[in-house]
Amino acid sequence: MAVLEQDQNAARAGKTARRITPIGAFYLVLFVLGLLAPWVAYPVFLMKILCFALFASAFNLLLGFVGLLSFGHAAFLATGAYITGFLLAEYPGLSPALGIVAGTFGAVVLGTLFGALAIRRQGIYFAMVTLALAQMMFFFFVQAPFTHGEDGLHGVPRGDLFGLFDLSDNHTLYYFVFAIFVVAFALIRRVVHSPFGQVLKAIRENEPRAISLGYHTDAYKLVAFVLSAGLAGLAGATKTLVFQLASLGDASWHMSGEVILMTLLGGVGTLLGPLVGSGLVIGLQHQLAQSALGDWVSVILGAIFVICVLSFRSGIVGECQRWLEKRKARE
Amino acid sequence: MTMIFGIPLMVLFGQLMLGLINGAFYALLSLGLAVIFGLLRIINFAHGAQYMLGAFAALLGAQYLGLNYWAALIVVPLVVGALGIVMERLLLRRIQHLDHLYGLLLTFGLALIFEGTLVNLFGVSGSSYPIPEALSGGFKLSFMFLPTYRAWVLVAALVVCFAVWFLIERTRLGAYLRAGTENPELVQAFGINVPLMVSLTYGLGVALAAFAGVLAAPLYPVSPTMGSSLLIVVFAVVVIGGMGSILGAILTGLAMGIIEGLTKVFYPEAANTVIFVVMVMVLMLRPAGLFGKEA
Repeated sequence: MAVLEQDQNAARAGKTARRITPIGAFYLVLFVLGLLAPWVAYPVFLMKILCFALFASAFNLLLGFVGLLSFGHAAFLATGAYITGFLLAEYPGLSPALGIVAGTFGAVVLGTLFGALAIRRQGIYFAMVTLALAQMMFFFFVQAPFTHGEDGLHGVPRGDLFGLFDLSDNHTLYYFVFAIFVVAFALIRRVVHSPFGQVLKAIRENEPRAISLGYHTDAYKLVAFVLSAGLAGLAGATKTLVFQLASLGDASWHMSGEVILMTLLGGVGTLLGPLVGSGLVIGLQHQLAQSALGDWVSVILGAIFVICVLSFRSGIVGECQRWLEKRKARE
Repeated sequence: MTMIFGIPLMVLFGQLMLGLINGAFYALLSLGLAVIFGLLRIINFAHGAQYMLGAFAALLGAQYLGLNYWAALIVVPLVVGALGIVMERLLLRRIQHLDHLYGLLLTFGLALIFEGTLVNLFGVSGSSYPIPEALSGGFKLSFMFLPTYRAWVLVAALVVCFAVWFLIERTRLGAYLRAGTENPELVQAFGINVPLMVSLTYGLGVALAAFAGVLAAPLYPVSPTMGSSLLIVVFAVVVIGGMGSILGAILTGLAMGIIEGLTKVFYPEAANTVIFVVMVMVLMLRPAGLFGKEA
């Protein structure tokens, strides 16, 4: 699971020379494209991609940078979605921003509980424990009265942002969602490149060694887990606002699998991988849903999974990076 | 009617019996997972799908080939187990040298393919498989009515579990297997064909899942999704029992079935989650599981 190191070197070089680095320019182009996108493509579709890109980035923070495979991230997505949906639906007039904050906070609390339990086991056991805990949440959401069971929460009002912006307009909402995404992505990037992030990578590469260097690895892992859970909850809360809906689909273990696929396909341990992966998976689902192959979506996703694991484990972005590095080495 | 804790005795025993039957399935499936994990170090996420394939193979065999129940009980595990060996040779072998997480992800992808394909071919609603003639009816015991088929499932599952335990813990082949899990290179150096052993082990684990599927076919609706929800419960059972021991998988499976059955009587709302709650408690007290060894 290779990491984007050149990104960091570029950042360091930029600090001394104060020039726009290639990677900085690249992010700037992405940002401008993000600003222009809703005038070209359907905003709701773009917002869906943004929400899942955030979800996958949050998941990747754990798998790609700490080496922990959580198979239960749907629990955090759903917690964020349900809390935000419930609050906004029950208290009309509540600011959507507050609703999102509450949803994220709920996911943070749940992440603390689950994280404290799950980090007691490692590797595949960690995956199984998170999966089982998430399934427990699924049954909770099925039975709890506030979720409306199988029906889910419908018609969640989007409301006004700070009393100024009417979020029922798709373009306005897009820029709100885009802003959330950019801030969250910047946060993840900051975390990954911080000293804290370096310790996380050390744990990923060799945990006993990190322990022998004096790091309380469990504390680091827990903080990373909570951060990842909170960001996944933020993604869920935002998603509720976009679709005005929170449902059991968010909590099912298929959702946990999907986010793994997005990350794996795009490139585990790269910052841009989850973005590419979620864009591709959501785009594919969107295209297939309209075609005759619509019923075969899960089979096709399964096949992509198998191909990914067998032949390009570093994902699309990871493979591109390797190719770039090889070219650089030849020069 | 006799009551105990305000619950009619008949209901209590009935639920205990149901719990024990479910426990037998948990035991068979977690045993298969444990056997596969032992040598391949892979959490076989396709286990639920392979269980479902067993049930479907029995159903389709009966519909199109006139395969009767008893024949299915032998033929289906062999066929599905052979499919497992093919999977191991073609796919799993290629990622054996990698992080074990890739094995989990690969088998997860395979599970999606199996499940999705059968959903498309047969729909999600599921069909029923008749209880074989010889096993219909039941015994009237003084405290409850015991359907013959359920009694048979329990006996068959326990016998198979014991046979697998005996094979692995008490025979020479089992000794090779256990040695292979400790140090494959050394065992290979003694002239034992480890890759072949790995294939056969995976086949055995898959065959166990398929056997459970055939046993389950007359009890539960045969549908493409029957395996996936069960599998996650079995994962929880595995975490509770600890992966180290074969006996642990069997005992924990049965015990969890009983606990689930009892919860259904006393606090039905929690019946779906009780196993996960037990898992949380075990994780807090003994992170390695009840029968597991600290790594």
